[in-house]
Formats: sequence, structure tokens, C-alpha cells
Amino acid sequence: MNLNQKQTEALKKFAPQIESYSRKAMMWVYILLVPMALAGYALYVQITKGHVVTGMRDNVVWGLYIANFIFFIGISYAGAVISGFLHLLNVEWRKPIIRIAELITVIATLIGPVYILLCIGRLDRLHHLVAYARLQSPITWDVLAISTYLFGGILFLYLASIKDFAIYRDATDLNIPGWRRRLYSALALNYQDHPEQKKAVAVSMNLLSIMIIPLAIIVHSVLSWIFGMTLRPGWHSTIFGPYFVLAAIYSGTGVLIAAMWIFRKVYDLKDYLQDKHFISLGIIMMALGGAYGYFTFSEYLTDWYSSEKWNGEVLTKLFDLNQYGWLFLFANVAGILVPIIIVAIPKFRKPDLITIAAVFMVIAMWVKRYLIVVPTLETPLLPMQDTRIEYTHYTATWVEWALTFGGIATFFLLFTLASKFMTVVSISEFETEPGKDE
Amino acid sequence: MNQPDETEINERRDFLKTGVLGALAACGSAVCSCKSDSRQIQIEPGKKIKLLSPDGELVEVDESELRHIHKTVGVSTSEARQGIPGKKFVMVIDLAKCKNARKCVTACQKMHHLPEEKEWLSVKLMQDNEQGSPYWFPKTCFHCDDPPCVKVCPVDATFKRSDGLVLIDNERCIGCKFCMAACPYSTRVFNWDEPKVSDKLACIPYSPETSVPSKVGTVEKCDFCPDMVREGKLPDCVTACPNGVFYFGDEVEDVVTNGDETIRFSQIIAERAGYRYAEDLGTKPRVYYLPPRDRIFPVERGLEDKPEELKERFKGILDAGADEK
Repeated sequence: MNLNQKQTEALKKFAPQIESYSRKAMMWVYILLVPMALAGYALYVQITKGHVVTGMRDNVVWGLYIANFIFFIGISYAGAVISGFLHLLNVEWRKPIIRIAELITVIATLIGPVYILLCIGRLDRLHHLVAYARLQSPITWDVLAISTYLFGGILFLYLASIKDFAIYRDATDLNIPGWRRRLYSALALNYQDHPEQKKAVAVSMNLLSIMIIPLAIIVHSVLSWIFGMTLRPGWHSTIFGPYFVLAAIYSGTGVLIAAMWIFRKVYDLKDYLQDKHFISLGIIMMALGGAYGYFTFSEYLTDWYSSEKWNGEVLTKLFDLNQYGWLFLFANVAGILVPIIIVAIPKFRKPDLITIAAVFMVIAMWVKRYLIVVPTLETPLLPMQDTRIEYTHYTATWVEWALTFGGIATFFLLFTLASKFMTVVSISEFETEPGKDE
Repeated sequence: MNQPDETEINERRDFLKTGVLGALAACGSAVCSCKSDSRQIQIEPGKKIKLLSPDGELVEVDESELRHIHKTVGVSTSEARQGIPGKKFVMVIDLAKCKNARKCVTACQKMHHLPEEKEWLSVKLMQDNEQGSPYWFPKTCFHCDDPPCVKVCPVDATFKRSDGLVLIDNERCIGCKFCMAACPYSTRVFNWDEPKVSDKLACIPYSPETSVPSKVGTVEKCDFCPDMVREGKLPDCVTACPNGVFYFGDEVEDVVTNGDETIRFSQIIAERAGYRYAEDLGTKPRVYYLPPRDRIFPVERGLEDKPEELKERFKGILDAGADEK
């Protein structure tokens, strides 16, 4: 493939990152292996001893795992919606960030469902989900939606990378072992930049970006309906579908900003991931934050104002500083107010501050998922009247925390490995209008 | 082959009546090979009873042991999914008679071989409003006609039968616990670790009608004892209650009984203002409650001679009531 000047420059810039692991990168990988090993041990303990090693019991049947599940599927929206949507609108500045966004999508969608598996008491019967599938169950909807979404996400990432694989294959000055060149060659599917090949990729990309948006909306809607379809206070809400979808896009944007900041710093990509990308994404984040804040306000105001008994009991727990009050406050201040304020005031609208706001927001969104799952389960309709504290109040055990941090470490590890396999900025994207990014 | 004598035949008939033949067939003979590393349940020795095993051998069995394996081997899973034709089982619980004797709880635990801490049937202390006086509220599975648990099950492990019962197939259940989250009445319990099942129990072929033996990582709950009902007997909680709180019967025949007294179902609901718990949820429970009017026992009687641990459960409510008085 013939590269234009900009592409040659970019490839030269990125070559060291995909050619080899620096000592620092190796250290980082080893550090990540520690929590992953611990998670592996926790998993072994849970499988051999049963779910009794978790903090989950008969009233609070779900805990950290489900919160993590919603969280990871949520951040996967970075690619699905941000890059899918921006692709459709053909926003020019999206080009350097789509690779990162799509990697987030695929990696998060791979990790998220693992947490659902951790909640399942009989993993040996997992095939029952297919063999005896019942279409009435929101879990079946989830199985269908998430598997389709994962497949779509991988395909989207792959289609967007074919040109890059062809570039790596043909870049003779790229110092990579023969097997990797052969792998790139296979992955490039003999892409030679013929006009009809160009057209085929462009058409399928457009089609997929149209498909991935409704698919993403479906995924988080059916996920929210796992809660929304029950008769539980705090869950049984008609806005749960859109509320979850919005929260997912919002947290996905936050993770995308954080990932961009890290790569910009570590790989020194100031020329590619520019301030304007942070500001543009920051403004998207602010707008989403406003919408998310509106949904949150609407949801809790409705529950609080009408003061139905069971909803009221959940709200009391969320508002009580001795119970979930501080967490709830944090979730709303860091999750709604901070990002809006930081981006809204021009003086604060700087990559570092936007990233700090994004990181706080992402943590707040995780806390929010926890607050959706646990307080409701601690509020059954009939009084619990149980003296076993673990049956009335959920406290996550080390097993659950180890697997949580293991999941986060896996996310980082897969991201690191991916960034060593392909450039974090798509080289081929500089082809259409070279020089316009300057 | 020797002709069996008169007494032996009689004994055999009794044996059939008690309905343990199947259990012995599965466990008493050499066929039984299943092992459980769990601890053996201790049985106090009692009267020995002579029984004829399926192999034609005369065996002596301890009476207490007979009671222990009180369930027959249940019907097959496919049969258990059908329900008993022409029936619509219904339960009426008379709150005016309940004094938290907890005989229903212990009988249920015994008959389903549940450990002490696992309550398929529990007795709650309820107080409807600040002015209302607390009352005891036995809570079984409500076997709803529009069961939220059945709706959400992804693998059809919990199902609604033609006779109204909601049962679980714990050989199908994947343990996702969605049914537990969906049940508004917190009826379902989960086997968080390997259940302590005696060797004998572990050998009994599982049936959704007996719910025995328990399996780790699966959900279980009150099943209205369909294996007993199939034999024309009442569920264990009904017969165990010293105060006749539970009435069980058939809505089609319009009759319910607590063992002593048999009454018209529609009539008692009409006369005593029977209601279903949280009717507004639209789940259409098959368990009706008779309001605690003209109570036989003061509510405090429910705590007499009860262990501290149990009293602790209801502390808030009864203390508050006592303060007001």
C-alpha cells in the first residue's frame, strides 16, 4: 500500500510502540498480573466452596458482580455510540480517537458478561440457557443482545482496522517478527486499496455504524429491564431503559477521555490526541451529564414526591448519611455536578481537568450502579426479621473485591496488549484529506 | 419361593401405605451407589418395624428412620410439570389463630430435610400501620397465578402447573437467582454452599414434587408438598399446626380443610373478609389470609419459651408496641 506523507510520519511515530515492549511496559504488565492472579485464586475459592464465600445471601442475591456487569457493559458504549455516532455524522476530529473507542467497546464487552457468569450458581449448566431458552425472560434477551453486540463490536473494530493491517503488512521498515507480519497479512484479507475494496470497507462500515447504535441501545435497555421488570421498589421504573442507556454512553465517554489521556501521556501523542479532542469530548460529556442529571432528578423526585411506602424505604436508605447517604451524595456530585462545572467554565476546560472530572464521574457511575443493585435488594416487601446480619445487609467479601479488581486489571492488560498489536491511532484514517488535521 | 404369611402381607400393605417403598427401593438395595461427603443425620432409635424389601427380603427398620424418609420417590420431572388434573390448590391461613408456635416451620424443615436456618415457611411479625397491633403472619410460597418468578426464569426451571402450583426443577436451575430478585415476597432460598444431605437422602431420585435432595447453587422454596397431596394427604405445615391455622384444599371443589374442620372456600373468604397479601401487585396469589380479628392468643404468646435468637428477630416491633401501652 502506498502511504501518503502524513501516514508515513504517523507510522514512524507509532512504530516503536507496536514493535516491542519497553521495560516500563513489561513492568506494567507484570504489575497487572498480580491482581489477576489474586482474582484467579478468588475464582478458584468461589467455584470450590460455592457462593457462600461471597457476601450475597437470600435477600441480597446480587451484589458487586452485577454492578460490575452493568459498569463494564456501560463503558463499552464508548465505541458503539461515540465512534458509531460520530462516524455516521462524519465528524472529522473523531478519526484519531476511534481506535481507542472501539477497543474499549470490545474489551469491556468481553469482560462484562464474565461478571454475570460469576453470579450463576451452576456454571456446569450454562448450556441450559440455549437448550431450554425461554424468550419471556429478560436474561434471554440479554444473552441474545450482548452476544450480538459483542460480535458487532468486534466486526466494527476489525473493519476499521483492515486498512491498518494492510499498512503494517506492507511497511518493510517496521521491525516485527515474521509471524506477526504473516498474521497482519492474513488479517488484511489481501486488502490492496483497490477502489472496489475501498468502497466495500466504507459501505460495510457505514452499515455497521448504523446497526451498532440501535444494538447498543437494545443492550442496555434489556439490561435495565432485568431490574425494571421486577416488582421491586427502586427498580420498577418505566424510565429505567433510557436512563441506563444514557448512563452507559455517559460513562463510556468518561472512560474514553481517561484512556486518551493515558495514551497521550505514555506514548507521547500530543500531536494526534490534541486538546481539541479533549474539549470536544468534554462538551459531549457535559451534555450527557446534563441529560443524565435530568433523568436522575426525575427518577428520584417522582419516587420521593409520591412517597409510596416501599419506594420511600429505599429512598430513606439512600438519603440517610448513616446508610448509603454519602455514597449517594458522591454519586451525584462527582457523577453529575463535577463534569458539568469543569467543562462549562472555559477556564477549567483543559485536558487534565477534563480527565480528572471524567475519572471521578466514571467512579461515581460505578457507585451509582452499586446503589441501584444493593439498597433495593436490602428492602424486600415483607420484613426480613432475620438475625443473621449477612442476610439483611450486604457486605462484599474479599473474593468479590479480588474479582472486581481482577476485571479492571484484565481491562488494562487487554488494552495494553492491543496497543502493542495495533497502533492506538488508526494510521489509514489520515488518507482522505491529508493535512486537514493541522 | 416361600409363601409369605398373613402378617407379612399385612405389613407389606402398611408399608405401601406409609409410602416408603420407593425410597427403600432406591436406597435399601445394593443399587444405591451415590455418595455424599456430607455429615450423616443422627436419628434417635425407636421401635423396629419389619418390612419387606423389593428383593423379597424381610428387613428390620427403625421407626424413626421410616418417618425420616417420609416422602415417596416423587413422580418423574415431566409428570411433575403437568400438575394433578382437575385440581386448583388453594390455601387459607387464619391469622386469628396463629401464635407463632412454629410447628409449621419445624415440620416443613423436617419433612423437606432442611437445616434449621433454612425456612421455606417462615412466621413474620407484621404490623400494618402505627395504630395496628402486631400479629403473626405465616408465609408460605404464594403459588401466584401470575408468578413473577416464572416469568423471568431463563431456562424454564421454575414453572406453573395446571393445578396452580409453582414448582422448581433443581436439575434444570442454573442458579441465576433472577427469580429470587423477582419474587416480591422473598419466598425463595438459595443453596449458597453444598447442602448437608445424609447419604440416604442423596440417593433418592430427585423430583420437583419432593424437592429432595437439595443441590448446591440452585434455588428452592415451599412446594405445597405435592407428593403428599398426590396421595390425598395434607401438606406438612397444615397437619403440624396445633391451632389449625392452615387450611388447604381445592378451589374447583370449593373446599378447604385444616385436618379438623372442613369448610367451603368461597364462603370463608366471603364471611371472614379473606384477602391476599399485596393484592395490588397483581400477582394473584393462591394463598388467602383471614384477618387477625377476634384473636385466640395475645401476640406476646408467640415469644413464650422461644430461644433468645428468635426473640431477637422481632425485637423492634413488639418493644414499640409495649412502649405505647
